[in-house]
Amino acid sequence: MKNLIKELVESFGPTGFESEVTNKIADLVRDKVDECYVDTLGNLIAHKKGNGKKIMFSAHADEIGVVVIHIDENGFLRFSSVGGLNPLTMLGNRVRFANGTIGVIGKEKGELKDLSIEKMYIDIGATSKDEAQKLVSVGDFGIFHREFADLGKRIVAKSMDDRIGCAVLIEAINKLEKSDHDLYFVFSTQEEVGLRGARTAAYHIDPDLGIAIDVTLTGDTPKAPRMDVSLGKGAAIKVKDSAIITHPKVKDLLVRLATQHNIPYQLEILESGGTDAGAIHLTKAGVPSGTISVPCRYVHSPSEMVDMDDVQNCVDLVVAVCQDPLSEF
Amino acid sequence: MLLKRLSEACGGPGQEDEVRNLIRDEVTPLVDEISTDALGNLITLRRGNQEGPRVMIAAHMDEVALMIMAIESSGLLKFNPIGGIDPRVLVAKTVVIGKNRVPGVIGSKPIHLQRPEEREKAISINEMFIDIGVSIKSEAEKLVKIGDLAYFSTKFAEIGNDKFKGKAFDDRVGCSLLIDLLHDRYDFPLYGVFTVQEEVGLRGAGVAAHRIQPDIALVLEGTTASDVPETPEHKHATSVGKGPCITIMDSSVIPDPRLVATLLQIASENEIPVQIRRNTAGGTDAGKIQSSRSGVRVATISIPCRYIHSPVAVMSKADYDNALKLVKAFLHCVEKGEI
Amino acid sequence: MDIKKILINLSEASGVSGYEHNVADYLEQNCPWADEIRRDKLGNLIMLKKATRNTGAVNPKVMLAAHMDEIGLIVTKIEKEGFLRFSTIGGIDQRVLLAQEVVVHGKQNLLGVIGAEPPHSQTADAQSRAVKMEDLYIDIGFDNAEQVQELVSVGDLVTINQSVVQLQGSMLAGKAMDDRACVAIMLECFKELQNLTHAVDVYAVATVQEEVGVRGATTSTYGITPDIGIAIDVGHGDMPGVPEYQTIKIGNGPGIALGPHVHPKIYERFVSTAKEWNISYSLEPATRPGGTDAFAIQITQDGIPTALLSLPLRYMHTPVETLDYQDIQKTARLLAKFISEIDQEFVEGLMCF
Repeated sequence: MKNLIKELVESFGPTGFESEVTNKIADLVRDKVDECYVDTLGNLIAHKKGNGKKIMFSAHADEIGVVVIHIDENGFLRFSSVGGLNPLTMLGNRVRFANGTIGVIGKEKGELKDLSIEKMYIDIGATSKDEAQKLVSVGDFGIFHREFADLGKRIVAKSMDDRIGCAVLIEAINKLEKSDHDLYFVFSTQEEVGLRGARTAAYHIDPDLGIAIDVTLTGDTPKAPRMDVSLGKGAAIKVKDSAIITHPKVKDLLVRLATQHNIPYQLEILESGGTDAGAIHLTKAGVPSGTISVPCRYVHSPSEMVDMDDVQNCVDLVVAVCQDPLSEF
Repeated sequence: MLLKRLSEACGGPGQEDEVRNLIRDEVTPLVDEISTDALGNLITLRRGNQEGPRVMIAAHMDEVALMIMAIESSGLLKFNPIGGIDPRVLVAKTVVIGKNRVPGVIGSKPIHLQRPEEREKAISINEMFIDIGVSIKSEAEKLVKIGDLAYFSTKFAEIGNDKFKGKAFDDRVGCSLLIDLLHDRYDFPLYGVFTVQEEVGLRGAGVAAHRIQPDIALVLEGTTASDVPETPEHKHATSVGKGPCITIMDSSVIPDPRLVATLLQIASENEIPVQIRRNTAGGTDAGKIQSSRSGVRVATISIPCRYIHSPVAVMSKADYDNALKLVKAFLHCVEKGEI
Repeated sequence: MDIKKILINLSEASGVSGYEHNVADYLEQNCPWADEIRRDKLGNLIMLKKATRNTGAVNPKVMLAAHMDEIGLIVTKIEKEGFLRFSTIGGIDQRVLLAQEVVVHGKQNLLGVIGAEPPHSQTADAQSRAVKMEDLYIDIGFDNAEQVQELVSVGDLVTINQSVVQLQGSMLAGKAMDDRACVAIMLECFKELQNLTHAVDVYAVATVQEEVGVRGATTSTYGITPDIGIAIDVGHGDMPGVPEYQTIKIGNGPGIALGPHVHPKIYERFVSTAKEWNISYSLEPATRPGGTDAFAIQITQDGIPTALLSLPLRYMHTPVETLDYQDIQKTARLLAKFISEIDQEFVEGLMCF
């Protein structure tokens, strides 16, 4: 599974421009499902038909990034953030554009505590505006440029949020032999700017049950902000975040399945942040929804870290959902 | 002149009546169907021979304004902005209130009576009031009601080198463009939608899109231009006179990249100057249209206006003409099946 | 049926956003005026009273919305000494939590106290600063985490432990009056409608999850798609330290809201109905459409003509929300008269601008 994850996290897919990622995923899952298509907002929908409950799983294909808004006379690029970016995390890091151009993020003089994106720039090594314009244009989107690292039990890369969720779904599709239910595996777009892809995909699919697979933070690093989720303690079953209070039936379902199948799990409350489930549960007349989270350190940095046991636990839990009669829904 | 009449018309979020009536009079002879919905959106349809693609073009009728919240015993009026207004632009301005355009002034303490330190602090909304020239509450109540909106009393004029000054270019400029576009018939159904309540959260556009179910939507806006002294170039966002602006991302939407690319290509082929909107702040109706139902392909074209959301904005006539050319060329491409 | 007693029970029931079922169960047993009662997928309770006049195959639909969820707390961590750390559900000023009694809804209901560092051990400077949410904890009287973990888990909900206080006259104070007092208004309205006839079907919805983003209103409105939607929520009652024009007077009947979220014809109809029947009211202008279920109702489907009535309430989002029961009765009366007097023609006219 590590090779799958490596391939996904090293791909280029900033919010709004996810096709490289969704094309790769389509190639991987097409033969395992009944139909595979891309909708108006670019969501990839892999549908495994069945007569039972209609379940929508959603992992987002987009990653945070930057967009070029100005090229100055000396060839430096000014940019805006795409999705939530902390200026301090960006400093000194590298970005990559669709055509492979690499740049370094620098800053104007000033105190770090006053740092904001408007005081920063990207240096692609050009010596003039003309030279820069041969490589990038105003309006180009870029991503963090960082390679995958295998630390053994744990792995580190950019865009674990949420390529790891995509990997979990792909792996679940592979492992799933039979399911009575009507399964929609959605690799959604534009989650990082407001759960936009999942919103329209859910409208179209109109599921009985919605489950997002996304990362969540942990509280297990030195003097971390308080949070009772840790790497290695199992699949995180979300109770609440800013976008959803998980339907009690869905929370109870996931806890029951984890217990029955001996899947280590932990209960998660995220103070700030949301997932695709936030959009899915408010679709039409309402959809009971929840999220299975992969605990992740350093979220929204170029070096997001997850634990392979947690990842496997999430895969097992997704498979367990597909194979349960789900009579309460 | 249409843009002048639109600019001087008064209509804030939820009270767009005067603007809606003016537009209705203009477009009724041009369209096949016209109606309003539960929120007051004005929805028009010009049919073509083909059933599709269904194209929706939206411009919002509402402007930012001030709502009268209370009438003090002194006859002075307390107010709050409806839509985003920087309180600092309000000081010592003249307004007109309600349907009857009751004139008023936003009073300000004379310099003679101020201590130097006072002048360093911005005056907050709570300290401001509108004076309509009465001295007791009962006199005021004959003229204005709680909930009435006060508008800037700015007059439209041509200034300088082919520029206009006036209020509410955001988004009467879009309304004017849309009315101009409705003079032509295309071979697909064209829904011209004059939306309401954009300024208080893009409220009208989403329900209109839900009803119409367009395949493609264009939003026409007036957007911020900060090409002024003291602002570094990378913070200009847009520049007046350099052409209509194409949004690549704002706070509400990432427009359909293929539509964006097509617009840039059309501009290039037809030698229409355009610029990319170099700012990702601010939202438009496009956001709500894009997320309606199963999703809609959207793009936003806007006219650069300096000092939007203030009593007087400045825009370029050439930008208007080029925007019109660009959208017409785009619609012809839609007709030819190229989109 | 004594609806004031029902309100007292509603106030004292536990139903934090997302977990409103106890309140819904109780309401279902205590609304004999409804013809049909059902729950939707997110738990909204929909009580339908069908038209009693001009009943056709399809009657115009009026939806009333008052939310049954209350703000509360959720356990985020169990410290090794057995204290509980928590986060909030809905907007809570952390300063009202200090020294507050609570109920922790674990495997059983447990009494608890919210404590923080005592003043004796703080400097004078620290004492003048407000306590921070992250420094607060709940003490349920156990000695270590092992004892606690048998009964409490991360994710368990916590409500304020407050019984209703009957103040002078018809004044009441308690928790969750926002917005269960307005649920009571819907019940009083149904009761009034027994003595009137109405040409519209009335869907009284006790919505869920208003406090965390008007979520129940979003989905329940979609499911009903009413011709008119009226949100009933609390509005800020007059109190010292707040400018008069930002509040509505307690005891003066409902606030009738006006602003972008309110359809002008429905607003005018409420005002004329109040004048016609001598029901006192205040005007409640607003420059933003948000803050109540009206925000969601108005932009559902193709758009819904919407209005908002406000019950004056002091000390909102504290354990001692204070109101005048007579305001509940006046608001219910205004609603009932409005409902009984509107017809298909009025409804159709709402689309004309």
